[in-house]
Amino acid sequence: MRGDPLRFGPGIDPAAPLARANPAAKLAVSLVLSVALLLTVDVVTAGTALVLEIAALPWCGLSPGALARRAWVLPAGAVPAAWAAAFLGTDSGATLLVLGPLTLTEGSAQAGAAVALRILAVGLPGVVLLSTTDPTALADSLAQNLHLPHRFVLAGLAGLSMFGILAEEGQTLRLARRARGLGGGGPLSRLRSLFGVVFALLVVSLRRATVLATAMEARGFGASPHRTWARPSPFTRSDTAFCLGGLALALLATAAGTATGSWHMVLS
Amino acid sequence: MTAPDGAAPDGAAPDGAAPDGAACDSAACDSAACDGAACGGPSRGVRIRAEGWGWRHNGRLAWAVRGLDLTVPAGRCVLLLGPSGSGKSTLLSGLAGLLDPGNHSAPGHEPQGNPAQGSTAQGSTAQGSTARGSTAQGNGEQEGELLVDGVPARRARTAAVAGHRARTGLLLQDPTAQTVLSRCGDDVAFGLENHAVPREEIWPRVTAALNRVAFPYGREHATSHLSGGERQRLALAGVLVLRPGLLLLDEPTAMLDPQGADLLREEVGAVLRDGDITCVIVEHRVDRWRDLADDVVVLGPSGGVQTTGPVEEVFSRAGRRLREQGVWIPDPGLVPVPVPAPEPERAPEPLLLVRDLQVGRPRERPVLSGVELEICSGTALCLLGPNGSGKSTLALALAGLSAPLGGQIEATPALTRGLRRTAPHRWRPLDLLTRIGTVFQNPLHQFVATSVAEEPAVGLRLLGVNGEEIEQRVGRLLTRLRLDHLSRAHPYTLSGGEQRRLSVATALATRPSVLVLDEPTFGQDARTWKELVELFGELLGAGHALVVATHDLPLVRALDAVGRVRTRTLGP
Repeated sequence: MRGDPLRFGPGIDPAAPLARANPAAKLAVSLVLSVALLLTVDVVTAGTALVLEIAALPWCGLSPGALARRAWVLPAGAVPAAWAAAFLGTDSGATLLVLGPLTLTEGSAQAGAAVALRILAVGLPGVVLLSTTDPTALADSLAQNLHLPHRFVLAGLAGLSMFGILAEEGQTLRLARRARGLGGGGPLSRLRSLFGVVFALLVVSLRRATVLATAMEARGFGASPHRTWARPSPFTRSDTAFCLGGLALALLATAAGTATGSWHMVLS
Repeated sequence: MTAPDGAAPDGAAPDGAAPDGAACDSAACDSAACDGAACGGPSRGVRIRAEGWGWRHNGRLAWAVRGLDLTVPAGRCVLLLGPSGSGKSTLLSGLAGLLDPGNHSAPGHEPQGNPAQGSTAQGSTAQGSTARGSTAQGNGEQEGELLVDGVPARRARTAAVAGHRARTGLLLQDPTAQTVLSRCGDDVAFGLENHAVPREEIWPRVTAALNRVAFPYGREHATSHLSGGERQRLALAGVLVLRPGLLLLDEPTAMLDPQGADLLREEVGAVLRDGDITCVIVEHRVDRWRDLADDVVVLGPSGGVQTTGPVEEVFSRAGRRLREQGVWIPDPGLVPVPVPAPEPERAPEPLLLVRDLQVGRPRERPVLSGVELEICSGTALCLLGPNGSGKSTLALALAGLSAPLGGQIEATPALTRGLRRTAPHRWRPLDLLTRIGTVFQNPLHQFVATSVAEEPAVGLRLLGVNGEEIEQRVGRLLTRLRLDHLSRAHPYTLSGGEQRRLSVATALATRPSVLVLDEPTFGQDARTWKELVELFGELLGAGHALVVATHDLPLVRALDAVGRVRTRTLGP
């Protein structure tokens, strides 16, 4: 069931070996990698993790184009962060470059590279998770495999589907304010108009949420603690293997970091 | 008397309120005998009984319904009418078991006890209690009793869910707001999952329910790609799949185009013919449902039942009074046609010229292309066509709100009045005010002020009109649209008809030469409808140009009777 493509977008193959893993497994792997990488800021650990992740990409079902469309935010965030860390961070080692008050040293350059690599290595599994997982399958998995309370999971899922509708409502509200003569003029009046749109959007979405809640309750939602699930969410042996693989990747990266002496705890 | 916890003896007649406690109609019995086959059986009609029932929502002073006495035998179809504000929707929510009076703080009860819905299948109120005790955790206060097969409606719902089948099914007005999941099949399965129906039973029943409403797509189809009518049929499938004994329809076709509405009516008709099912329909447009209904129940403006009886009898006896209250009663002499407006003083002159126009969303395929139009003063242009044919999109472009994808909309000097640019979407918002006004389909979208009187004044203030004149003009406008008694109210608190009239007032305040209206009569009662037609007639007589995107054909005919009309039907 969960392999069925529901508009994942062009260039995404939800049946690829890693993409079709149970969403809970994908979530677990992303989480393990994040924890391992958030413990340390160093080039070797983050770099090893990133290299291994990139090596696993061919099995994730993302074409290069699809990857570029979804992952561009990672370098967009990593580059300025690296730049800031390199020029503003603690200086150590030989000075490489001086630009007025900004200095680039060996130590700070390495810190910058570590920050950038870390953002990429933490972000990449997240991008893969989000682009290859159908929200409905994720909800099914959270409730059936991780046994989170179904009421929260389903309410969250229903809320998620309202986002698309809200984007459209926001657009209509903008046009309606233009029709009322608002939104022209200077930046101050534009800002005020924007606040108006946000407030109106809040009211409109509250009304919609009330109707949705009524429709859900009328179909028995929330009336009984017991509930069945139409879509199975099997956690198979390959999902376990996938989780172990993720763990191995995290351990390998950490081992590389410690072996080279580059690993060091963020909070130490 | 307090409700017993846990295994409530549902069949037991509470205080003799249920006339026949003998029949095994309880959900508990159902679940005991339920081995799939019993659950899969046909639905059985449900008896409804209200005894002095009243409901007041939390935080409201006025009762939404009060003193309601009503009996509907099993298997009847009832058309529920009444002026807006008479509590029709509240009654439906009550019957669906969605109103929770909370725990009355009777002695021995934990006042702050948390009756989390579903911790047990317990009754949430002391039965037959008319005590006005403070409510805890509920969403309102109840008086009297509302019984579904002899059991309080709220408890009937919980018991039914625990017994794996629904007693009631509710279909709401807004098609987009009641889709729960992103795939059609999943959405229909949602109710079955909540009723803990075993997985192997779910999918055959989902497929059967989709077939039953003649749904044109498979289970995997994305709900976000459905039209309003298709969404509404999907919601109906999601209700029918639970095989309810009571079908509750809350203005189910008010937001559909005529084709979508007719299809939905046919499906409901087939359901009523096939099964033993009780049905309550709330709908302004009586003509669409009168053939299906056995009885009419009219709620009074101040609570209680005003009139009841077989359909034709009630209409012949009280039709006139009902029509005055805004109920759409089909009239042999067609719709209430207003007095024709005087001929415009000046001959029509072109205001907007449309050439080879393409409209649609940016970066997508155009919804419409090659549109050629001429919008002239003193003339109404009616844009017709089914949902999705691009009526609203074209209207927004003509209103100067969105940029065309191709071709052009050119304002003539009679409309630009000195502006350098001829394309309305390039004008400043301020310049639109006196030239092109827009009335949106949903009035809430265009309210920007905190009171009714302030709302039409916003545009005038932007134009720099002096305070005294603003007061005069707004006062006249509000009186003309019967809103003067509400001038201090917040726009969001108005009824649907009042909101519509206020949204028209906001556009008219600055006297735009062209008025663009998107479905102005959507969901309006007969009285507001007639007033709008008369107002439009006056505007045409005064030389305004109207652009009306609508699928209300009687509106087009009525406009034709009051002024100069041209129509343009857009393809699907």
